[in-house]
Amino acid sequence: MKAELEKRLVKGPDGVEFEVEPLRDYYCEALPQVQRPAYLHIVEDLFNWARAESIWILGFGTGCGAIEMRPLMTPRFDAYRYGIQWRPTPRQANLFVISGYLSVKTLKRVIRSYEQMQNPKYVVGLGSCTINGGMYFDSYNTIKRLDQYLPVDLYIAGCMPRPEALLAGFLELKKLIRAGKAEGANQYAENFAWYKANQKQVIHDWDMPDYNW
Amino acid sequence: MTFDWMRIPGSLLTLFIVFNYGLLLNALIAKIAARVGRRHGIPLWQNYVDLIKNYGQRSAISHGVHFYLGPVFRLTGGIGLLLFVPTLYGSDLFANLSFAGDLILALYFVFFGTLGMALGAAESGHPYAAIGVSRGLSQVTAAELPFALAVFAVALQYQTLSVTEIVAAQQGGILNWTLFTNPLAVAAAMLSFLGSMMRPPFDLVLAPQEIPIGPPTEYHSSYLALMQTNRAIFPIAKIIIYMNLFFGGATSWPVLFLKVFLIYMVSVLVGVVSPRFRVEQSIRWFLIWAVPIGILAILWV
Repeated sequence: MKAELEKRLVKGPDGVEFEVEPLRDYYCEALPQVQRPAYLHIVEDLFNWARAESIWILGFGTGCGAIEMRPLMTPRFDAYRYGIQWRPTPRQANLFVISGYLSVKTLKRVIRSYEQMQNPKYVVGLGSCTINGGMYFDSYNTIKRLDQYLPVDLYIAGCMPRPEALLAGFLELKKLIRAGKAEGANQYAENFAWYKANQKQVIHDWDMPDYNW
Repeated sequence: MTFDWMRIPGSLLTLFIVFNYGLLLNALIAKIAARVGRRHGIPLWQNYVDLIKNYGQRSAISHGVHFYLGPVFRLTGGIGLLLFVPTLYGSDLFANLSFAGDLILALYFVFFGTLGMALGAAESGHPYAAIGVSRGLSQVTAAELPFALAVFAVALQYQTLSVTEIVAAQQGGILNWTLFTNPLAVAAAMLSFLGSMMRPPFDLVLAPQEIPIGPPTEYHSSYLALMQTNRAIFPIAKIIIYMNLFFGGATSWPVLFLKVFLIYMVSVLVGVVSPRFRVEQSIRWFLIWAVPIGILAILWV
């Protein structure tokens, strides 16, 4: 545990001393809840259609695969016509694209960002590194299988997959969302203990609460 | 005092029409900007889909009371602005809730949403939100000065604070518009208009590349959907005021749609060819170029 995260006394500018407990004060301890779909089937269907047609990607590139996402914004591929756009903040994003290899150090940030996204949220593993480690299969500091740490909805295989493959993958993801099969956020909440145990197994300097939205 | 009860359904109908027009217009303008970049661009109905999706998000978290109230204030500002200004001249149904002194109230409502948003964004505690708010408030204050001066010039010129009477005075030919009877006031107001439309060179508040998106960084789900709703209503409401004050108002919906589109395009055309000002540059720009024109407009009346 880092010193800055430990419980301590702080003197305010007005001279009053007060206690600060960063893990409790700066984070919320409430664990993720399973969020049920809308009660009426037709309403959930409408929402699923809207979710499929409006995919907001978190602009977070973890590995070399991030370079393949940039062309999607350009005139040549233009993903915007499919309702796909990039958001700079996890709060507003629905889709987390893990773009390529994921080092253990980045995994920590990925988990924090993922947990800040709102339900429903989707994860796409991009490139073979997210499936079996790819060319980093024997690396000491990258994770090998992404779905042990986060619920993955879809993989796009290749090293690297071309932007066309990404577009095809996103269209495939749309079908999953439309059919109501992309329930990764609820899966994460249901198997929370398992995911946390896996994450803690590789992240040794765990200095955050278990769930930090 | 008698109150015409038909004004209530009329106002709601105005709100409905303007809301849909705003959503479509925003998409159309995004499409035009995309075509400038030789892209295909978003579908015209994309804004509706985004809105439904955000209202349909299953979870939302709060940072406190003001965090809730921020988007609510913002939407109140947009709807209030729209409802207290007559939309169509000569129409009883679409006079909305306008009254004798509505010009002052409109000036107030233009600022109202920004202040509410500042409170809400500040409570989210995100550093980017704080940077965005401080930039936004300084820039809006500077941009509001020439607009206020232009409004005073127009009020002095027509000797009234009622938007309806100002529109009435401009009827009877294009040369009766304030655009031609008081061009200095219109010039000052249009320069201020550039600063309030969140487009380059004055889009520093959201600054999509540097401070992710400024004040709304922490807003999501329904909060964000409320703000998107306001993004459809507020600019149109503001342009309707400009149209009423400076461009002769409108007597029918097609004329209104056309005029609003053309006035909106002024900021878009400037936007697609401009880089971004830093905040001190934009304040200086307003004080050097726009405010003196506004003062001249008042002196000229």
